[in-house]
Amino acid sequence: MTLAHRPGGHSAARRRALLGRATLTWPGLAYITAFMAVPVLLVLGFSFLTRGRFGGVVAPFTLDNFARAVEPVYLRIYAVSLLIAAATTALALLIGYPTAYAISRLPARWRTVALICIVLPFWTSFLIRTYAWILLLNSEGPVNRTLLEIGLIGAPLRLLYTPGAVIVGLLYAYLPLVVLPVYAALDRLDPLLREAAMNLGASRARTFWDITLPLTIPGALIGAIFVFVPSLGNFVVPELLGGGKTVMIGNLIRDQFLEARDWPFGAVLALMMIAVLLGAFAGQAAIARRINGTARA
Amino acid sequence: MPDRTRTGTGTRRPVERGLGWLRLPLIGAFGFLYLPIAVLVVMSFNASSIPFVWTGFSLQWYPTLASNPQVLQGLLNTLVVAVAATVGATILGTLLAVGLARYTRSVLLEAYSLAPAIIPDLVLAIGLLILFTSIGLTLSLFSVVLAHIVFGMAFVAAVVTARIGQTDPSLEEASRDLGATGPTTFLRITVPSLAPAIIAGALLVFTLSLDEFVIAFFTDGPRTPTLPIVIYSMVRFGVTPEINALGALLLLVSFTVVLAAQRITRLTDAL
Repeated sequence: MTLAHRPGGHSAARRRALLGRATLTWPGLAYITAFMAVPVLLVLGFSFLTRGRFGGVVAPFTLDNFARAVEPVYLRIYAVSLLIAAATTALALLIGYPTAYAISRLPARWRTVALICIVLPFWTSFLIRTYAWILLLNSEGPVNRTLLEIGLIGAPLRLLYTPGAVIVGLLYAYLPLVVLPVYAALDRLDPLLREAAMNLGASRARTFWDITLPLTIPGALIGAIFVFVPSLGNFVVPELLGGGKTVMIGNLIRDQFLEARDWPFGAVLALMMIAVLLGAFAGQAAIARRINGTARA
Repeated sequence: MPDRTRTGTGTRRPVERGLGWLRLPLIGAFGFLYLPIAVLVVMSFNASSIPFVWTGFSLQWYPTLASNPQVLQGLLNTLVVAVAATVGATILGTLLAVGLARYTRSVLLEAYSLAPAIIPDLVLAIGLLILFTSIGLTLSLFSVVLAHIVFGMAFVAAVVTARIGQTDPSLEEASRDLGATGPTTFLRITVPSLAPAIIAGALLVFTLSLDEFVIAFFTDGPRTPTLPIVIYSMVRFGVTPEINALGALLLLVSFTVVLAAQRITRLTDAL
């Protein structure tokens, strides 16, 4: 306002705003461009190159890497990965949604405490948390011992180094990522909607199925993406808990870069993961738009 | 508190008494999340040299750990990386969050600034590996720092952005109207009002970097392994009570740091 009285004050303020924007946002945006956008573009570029004889890559441009990616041996790995990631995601939603719902109905004070307890493990060492499951699932570990002692089983079960162990490990790693967005969606939900439904005579279950659940599906889908995509790309859990017998896309990608030294093929596989991520977000956005559209109509 | 905004409009959450059967998933989820951690911590005090069979109480694995040169070197490397990445990510992430909130207000750029935290770590890791080898940068702790800054700043930006919404921009306007320069206003008004979020963001980056494995695995040089890389090779070699002790200590550090961050600012708003 002071500026407006000064001749040229407006353009001076604008110049200052531009300068402020430049000095504040430019370094960060440039950094993200250099160390995230450029790397992703390099992955894209490498996917068209040919593997060099001594590692590394050479021209000419080729589509061979993409053709190789649809060979049956790899299709099987994708199928296993998709199955395991889908099972993990389904379990995460089955456990995560009711957990978030229960938290949203706690007294305000306890809500924060419960949320913190949910996210806390997520901020700790992922390797150590995966390692803990090796202890638990071992044939002489606590799970088998407990089952033996209560007489549920006669001999130790083979729990470790199975696809089931991989699913449990992935679920353990990513469960918090489902609870948070579902909780956020429940928290944003206008309580008037539910009150109105109840006042109009809807039962509690009816209110949940007709109001709460549909309106929180977008949040649940975000959570599902946060579980599904990193599960596909995780190579540590299949290796440590699957004993290397369960090969997922993440293992395949790691091997191309560290063992096979076939970077172009690894780049193609990484691109597929980006495609899954973008496709999932696009699907989520479309569903969210439709749900919001119906809710408003 | 989510409720505070609503009391003004006269509406509130429908009062629900008791959780009923909802207690089940709640207890189940917490049991699932904390039981493995509890087992690991208990087993770190185990006398047996088999890390999953309890024979008696002992503190012996902690001193053993402290005399393992690989672990100590890994810890030192990790601390160097975590401190450097925290400084870099905190500065860049704070500037970016303030710039986006005060000047740009672009949804697209905001999404772009959060993308490094959402992109699968494996994809980011191999992209950076390709970048570093393409420009001829020798892989070392320095390349790990460069890599950790990029996703760290996204977390700082998210935490700071959540806080900016609660601060009053008129203070900055007043400062400028009274003749303060942009940098002065930023350092004397903006940064102090955002300090809790900036510190919390820094703490998060520190613990994230401390525990980060996948990106470090691809961007680190072979002679300077960070602690998670040391742990990974130890676990691949076989389970030992030493890893239990190391894991228990790392969990303690992360829990402390994250709880400290939560005390300073409401992290749950940013997530």
